Amino acid sequence: MSKPEDTPETTDRAFEKVQPPIGWDNKTLREMLEETEQRTAETGRYAGLDELSMKEENPFKYEQLFSQLRGALVSARETAMHVSASPIVREIGELCFQVYTPEGDCVGLSTGIIVHVHTGSLAIKYMIEEDYEHDRGIQPGDIFCNNDNDLGNVHTTDVHTLVPIFHDDELIAWVDGVTHQVDIGGMTRGHDQLASTTRYEDGLYATCEKIGEEDEIYQDWRDRAQRSVRTPMYWDLDEKCRLAGCHMVREAVMDMVDDVGTDTFKQFMREAVEEGRQTLNSRVEERLFPGTYRDASFMPVPFEDEAWKPSAKQNMINHLPVEVRIGEDGGIEFDMEGASPPGPHPYNCAEGAMEGGLWVSLTQCLLHDGKVNDGSYIAVDTNYPEGSIVNPQDPSLSYHTSWGSLMPTYNAFWKNISRGFFARGFREEIVTGYSETGDPVQGGGKYEPMDDYFPVSPFEHSCQGLGASAVRDGLDHGYAMWNPESDMGDVEEWELIEWGLPYLSRQVKPDTAGHGKYRGGSGWEGIRVVQDSSDVSLYKHVVPGVGFTTSGMSGGYPNATNYSLRAHDTDLAERFEQQKPYPTGDSPPGSFDEDIEGDIERSTKGLYFPEEFENYDLLHYQMGGGPGYGDPLDRPIEKLKEDIEEGFYTPEVVERVYGVVGTLDEDNREFTVDEAATEQAREQLRAERRAETVDFEEFYDAERARIREGDVSEPAEWMYSGVFDISEEWADSFRAFWNLDDEFTFEQE
Amino acid sequence: MSTETDQDQIEKLIDGKLSWEELRGDVLPDPKDPNRFEVTRRVLQERVDWDDPILVPLNDHLFVVGTDDGRIVKSECGHEFGPLDDNWKKHCQIRVRESEAEMRELYPENMTPDPDWEFELREFFCPECYTLLDVDAVPVGYPVLKPFDPDVDTFYEEWQGRPAPDRTEG
Repeated sequence: MSKPEDTPETTDRAFEKVQPPIGWDNKTLREMLEETEQRTAETGRYAGLDELSMKEENPFKYEQLFSQLRGALVSARETAMHVSASPIVREIGELCFQVYTPEGDCVGLSTGIIVHVHTGSLAIKYMIEEDYEHDRGIQPGDIFCNNDNDLGNVHTTDVHTLVPIFHDDELIAWVDGVTHQVDIGGMTRGHDQLASTTRYEDGLYATCEKIGEEDEIYQDWRDRAQRSVRTPMYWDLDEKCRLAGCHMVREAVMDMVDDVGTDTFKQFMREAVEEGRQTLNSRVEERLFPGTYRDASFMPVPFEDEAWKPSAKQNMINHLPVEVRIGEDGGIEFDMEGASPPGPHPYNCAEGAMEGGLWVSLTQCLLHDGKVNDGSYIAVDTNYPEGSIVNPQDPSLSYHTSWGSLMPTYNAFWKNISRGFFARGFREEIVTGYSETGDPVQGGGKYEPMDDYFPVSPFEHSCQGLGASAVRDGLDHGYAMWNPESDMGDVEEWELIEWGLPYLSRQVKPDTAGHGKYRGGSGWEGIRVVQDSSDVSLYKHVVPGVGFTTSGMSGGYPNATNYSLRAHDTDLAERFEQQKPYPTGDSPPGSFDEDIEGDIERSTKGLYFPEEFENYDLLHYQMGGGPGYGDPLDRPIEKLKEDIEEGFYTPEVVERVYGVVGTLDEDNREFTVDEAATEQAREQLRAERRAETVDFEEFYDAERARIREGDVSEPAEWMYSGVFDISEEWADSFRAFWNLDDEFTFEQE
Repeated sequence: MSTETDQDQIEKLIDGKLSWEELRGDVLPDPKDPNRFEVTRRVLQERVDWDDPILVPLNDHLFVVGTDDGRIVKSECGHEFGPLDDNWKKHCQIRVRESEAEMRELYPENMTPDPDWEFELREFFCPECYTLLDVDAVPVGYPVLKPFDPDVDTFYEEWQGRPAPDRTEG
């Protein structure tokens, strides 16, 4: 029987019990929360603060405190990540720390996976609303844990450790540390499950649970948690990493309070949040344009043939519309009216996670500096419709891979904000979106030489193609929307833990980037092989290739779609022995098959559920390109020459889309443009535009007839009928646009 | 610090001629030049062959302009796309790509949508110069969204403290 190793019992700090009320000025936390929310609602300013007196009267002290706090958080992250053994945390930096007011409003945060700043906030507010202060108890030295998405988390494998910070008998602040787990138990291996359809298949959940006191984690929690996941060692060290970081931050905050006094520190925290709110409003007025912006993303879910549970065996499209309204006061309204209902899949996304996505987007497009905290969240008025996929209010659903709704949504948001940048002349700030961080390879197996389980959870998917801007191409193979600092990690680092799945290759995948005057960043591909292992199951996940999730801007095209490819029962062993070629990619698609014999499975679905793999079986995977910007015929010919020479596009695609014709010298990677043929080809493309287009009326009539005749795909019908069921407003706008009678609806079994 | 961006720099920015070093050093950092909007508007106005005042740039080739008959959307080439309140996409020539063969003109094999899912690329062209103005990627039956309804007067009067150019010129 496996048993967690003992934790050394070392506690330096002595704790004295406190009696409620534990909030500021003899208030309970509930009273503080109610008062702050009421004042914020009444005045539109955080906690009703009518002036930033400390910032104005003592700016050096104020800025020094913020820098100290920020420094403590970053330092804690940089130090604590080395406690972890998981490359996801240590190499990719999938962790962050943040400090909150007693009511749970974030004051400052570290670098890292900052999407979580607001989710920790919601977990604290839940504990306050449920009166943990009097019931469960909140004491100095206590440790709480949450990964319940419905209460404040993005997806199940993100785990928060929360520690209250007391000074004398008063709760001064909270600190939260979050890491992304390699494995959280659940019905299949992996960190973004594909197969689970309800909470009961997601794995281990801690529901704002007290997991320790006097700085020590309870023995029963350690045992329960470590026995509930497939990778107890990684779990244990990740938990110690979070706790160590929280304690570092706690000590730093207590030193700051000792240094400046309680009242000054409290005033500083209030003002920092309010300044964050004001910064967002001023940024909006500085960079955007008042008005209404509209866009929509789609998440195809091709589960009819793939899913395991009967209820999930259907093809679906999730509708993720985003309307942004910018008012005279510089406030942002974010409205997802018309979002799909939740469903029997792991893409359900709690409101807190959606707010985290909004927050991490804002910090990258509008708030690169200044006081980045919950103030910016307070400045945005959001509508995630209750009962929809982006705010189900139902803990029984699966939230394991909420990213499948969150990431497409914010592509639509970025395009909306980018239209504002364009209107104001800030073309350099435009981003057409990104390839969602799909296609992670996941699973695990037993590595025979070690006689031990190895998880497969590489975080290479944190390097997707970024969308183009209006002044330059998108970043190639180097972007993840949820952690602006992540990278793909060295091959050797992943092989250190994924013993049974060494790499055969990593390379740029041509023709993945969305076309345009400025192309999207390029995606890439890799191949891995199973070696010396047994009981291996692997799957590939997210961003199904059956349809587009997003589009480009200003005439730019969406990135190419993904596909999946694997080979079983191969002749790779003989090829190695005979030193024959083996596949190092699949570019052009189909070329993989030339260098391997076996059962080759290829699908445009882009994903597959867990499959058994034997030694010498091959797994191909790919990361997407970013969407493009502008008319492709506006792209300079010399840039296309570079694209071909560097392998981002093939000559065939460049000729068809951009009308640039020439010859590629493969050996020297030199492309010679045939100017006469190019001129002719571009003229031909222009002529085709004139010949192949119709006016709007003709388009409209044809499309409307298809709707009336029910000639839309089954998954689209699933989408429309689901949205009609929960949003009369969206249904009415749909009927009005297509001039359909009031009773029109989609029939869906 | 990009507190002042001169006209030359804006022209290069519009033309995509700034190097990464210039972008990173001069254009991207905060704070931004508060005159960026007006300088950009002036540069764009000088480049078109018509006189209607540009009020809001919508994308590379489209503008909201003021005319004697009210505010309209107009393209660089001079084509008019109807009143601002309308969706300018309804005044475009449209090409729809849906079949695998049509998608394969843009993307390689395996890297196009599954035809059974009936996703469309709707390409919106200027009816005069046939510049590609936008591409929507949606399932069949999806309404054509109007991407942006700018609140022109709020911007000029409340945020800039002056009337919109079409309220002062001519």
